[in-house]
Amino acid sequence: MAGLATTFGSGAMTNPINDIVNEAELMLLVGTNTTEAHPVIGYKMRQAARKACKMIVCDPRRIDLVDDADYWIRHNPGTDIPLLNGMMHIIIKEGLEDKEFVAERTENYEALKETVAAYNPEYVAELTGISVEDLYTVARLYATTDKAMIFYTLGITEHICGTRNVMSIANLAMLTGHVGRPGTGVCPIRGQNNVQGACDMGALPNVFPAYQAVNNDDIRSKFEQAWGASLPANIGLKIPEMFEAAHEGKVKAMYILGENPVLTDPNANHIKEALDNLEFLVVQELFLTETAEFADVILPAASFAECDGTFTSTERRVQRVRKAIEPLPGQANWQTICQMSTCLGYPMEYDHPGQIWDEMAALSPSMTGINYERIDKVGLHWPCPSMDHPGTPFLHAGKFTRGLGSFQPSDHIPPGEIPDEEYPFLLSTGRVLYHYNVTTPYSMGINSMWDREKAEINPVDAEKMGIQTGSRVIVTSRRGQVSSEVKVTDRVMPGMIWMSFHHTATPTNELTSHHLDPITGTGEYKVCAVRIEKIEE
Amino acid sequence: MEMVNLYINGKEVAAPTGSTVMQAADLAGIEIPRLCYDPDLSALGACRLCVVEVKGNRLLPASCVTPVMPGMEVFTESPAVIEARRTILELLVANHPLDCMTCDKLGECKLADYCYQYGVKESPFAGGEKHNYKCDDSNPFIIRDLNKCILCGACVRACEEMTGQDNLSYLYRGFHRKATTAGDVDYAESDCVFCGQCVAVCPTGALTEKTMAGQGRRWEIERVRTTCPFCGTGCNFDLAVKNGQVIGVLSNPDSPVNGRSLCVKGRFGWDFIYNEKRLTTPLIKKNGQFEAASWNEALDLIAQKFNAIKDEYGPDSFAALSSARCTNEENYLVQKLTRAYMGTNNVDHCART
Repeated sequence: MAGLATTFGSGAMTNPINDIVNEAELMLLVGTNTTEAHPVIGYKMRQAARKACKMIVCDPRRIDLVDDADYWIRHNPGTDIPLLNGMMHIIIKEGLEDKEFVAERTENYEALKETVAAYNPEYVAELTGISVEDLYTVARLYATTDKAMIFYTLGITEHICGTRNVMSIANLAMLTGHVGRPGTGVCPIRGQNNVQGACDMGALPNVFPAYQAVNNDDIRSKFEQAWGASLPANIGLKIPEMFEAAHEGKVKAMYILGENPVLTDPNANHIKEALDNLEFLVVQELFLTETAEFADVILPAASFAECDGTFTSTERRVQRVRKAIEPLPGQANWQTICQMSTCLGYPMEYDHPGQIWDEMAALSPSMTGINYERIDKVGLHWPCPSMDHPGTPFLHAGKFTRGLGSFQPSDHIPPGEIPDEEYPFLLSTGRVLYHYNVTTPYSMGINSMWDREKAEINPVDAEKMGIQTGSRVIVTSRRGQVSSEVKVTDRVMPGMIWMSFHHTATPTNELTSHHLDPITGTGEYKVCAVRIEKIEE
Repeated sequence: MEMVNLYINGKEVAAPTGSTVMQAADLAGIEIPRLCYDPDLSALGACRLCVVEVKGNRLLPASCVTPVMPGMEVFTESPAVIEARRTILELLVANHPLDCMTCDKLGECKLADYCYQYGVKESPFAGGEKHNYKCDDSNPFIIRDLNKCILCGACVRACEEMTGQDNLSYLYRGFHRKATTAGDVDYAESDCVFCGQCVAVCPTGALTEKTMAGQGRRWEIERVRTTCPFCGTGCNFDLAVKNGQVIGVLSNPDSPVNGRSLCVKGRFGWDFIYNEKRLTTPLIKKNGQFEAASWNEALDLIAQKFNAIKDEYGPDSFAALSSARCTNEENYLVQKLTRAYMGTNNVDHCART
């Protein structure tokens, strides 16, 4: 998000999902296994690819969409920047950039030109492992297609250079004028149902709702007036910093709503120690999760079927969530939070979540025009500044949110940890179709079909180690050790192992790297070094 | 848009050039029955139930694949049309289990609805050979009873055109023709990804949601439209509710992002809400063990501890982790509480992880 915020002025997906089937002539996918992580968007990509739309898939894994792709770029994990810089190098060398767009709508172009000059195709081929010919082909195709969309997900962001990766993608889109029109743009597909909304609502340490900075005096005084309280001006702690502070004894109490960092955050053992170190921990959850085990008080949460409210999707569309059944714990989550606040000494009273929304919208210029009545049938895309505004399906038309688009060139940054003699395999992680992070194992149907981890290992490595599909292995990194069943498949390259993180019995994140993107604090889930040993039956 | 004028049942109607007779009739509010036609899928013209009479045409063309022509005179309910439709229905039910009284699809079964409309009670063709396929309930999500399949091919088209999974096609010839998986294996052994689009488009009881089997008649089900709680795509669907219980998920064609498409998680993953491990009461840890507590006890303890820690160590000794799984309203309240009362900006959620 920080990458797009710096380059474009807004971290959100620029274009609507249905541009895939209605507008796009080319889709460039970098680090997104869409048919598994966002299946319905994946269906649309397939539909488009089977008609006139071209598709380039850049992924070290042979993901399902490779079968429908026109080009598959199998670059080495952690070499996205060289790949993108190499494409830009060729585009500039051949004069395929959108000169008018660059001149009128962007700044800092000379710096980009200087940086990518070093990324000649031969050098890029060496770093990425792809052929010079393929690099030329995809660079020319992207640059010369009028309506080209870029999609990425955590394959781009979950690296030590995640923000730099995103900036490089934004550079490529700006260089070729692929922003601000239907069928173009840069589309980070959001992982969780409401990751966009949680950001929009200001569940971030530096901004109030609608990305209004906490250290801006005018904005803070607006919120102070509305909330009847004096508010802190200093930026708060990000998640990894919170756990660091808990380690150091600076953070003493935490409230965790609906998250399970012990299973989902990198370097899990470090998180456990931090939680152990707290004086008081409150967790509000559906289940007694690995994180909830550390709590002093657990408040039972209500599920999506038990609450009224809204989610904001990856395309910035605010949509209704409706209560279908009575909450199993007897009350909805918003009621619990209000009661807790009131008990603490800060009364919160609302009759219905619609009132909470209205209070937020009145303070948030980009959402002022949205209320429950307007989104009763079809959701609206923010920005939507007034009640007669139709919403904004695509961003940056005619002008970037920040004014001029800013090129942010970057050099290659190798992963924080790479395989060596002691830990010779590269571990990469992600989701599988049948599971959604750590909730779906609680679905009896889903869990009865897919109940355990199946780590993917290339046949070449499997043969060397005498491993077959169904064998069990111990996977060890510098931080932890887990056991897993194996699936032998050429979806992964030789020298690589790929695992998901859905299963309690194989807590993959005990292995993952402690390296973080220095700007966002995102963990480097996509690359770390491990060693694999077969368990003899 | 260029328009064509034609006559349907004597009434002059206008339709865009290139539309089919069925689309023209739909625009004019004239209902033509259909089994294999589906607005989200390519037109096949297979079931022939949508036949109409066109003046000057000695055959009865299928309206779903017949383009409109200027001045065309169409009759949708002429005696010849009605006779043809009745015969088609009689042929279909001759080889269809008539166990409608226990069929989960009744109420949303198009075959039953049209038999009712055209007064088809039993078939003069009864007594011929009947299929006796084994019911495929090899998986936890979908019951596949091909004895109830009318070969409309909607599932085959949905699997190819909506999902792109290409797991279904036609196998065998003539009476033995089947819409099935490669090698005619059960869904669980096939490349099926259990998105359930085949179930969403099936007009009969051939494909039904396993969780809803025996749980209620279709007309008893209340539909509550909502947004999927899994990934960030923002698919909409209806929760199927009976007697205050969710019994399934049904596609809602008005969903702006996904139409009737869903994935295995959205359509079949909802049952986590009734997992026996759900917490329903507050818990307080005493001597290392969690003990059930009342809401008041739990909230009072929280208030006392949070306030004491804030007083002793200052606002920044508190941190809140909000959730990308929870609603906007819940997130707003968490950051408001953290900032306005606890007095710190230490609030974040897992967007970065």
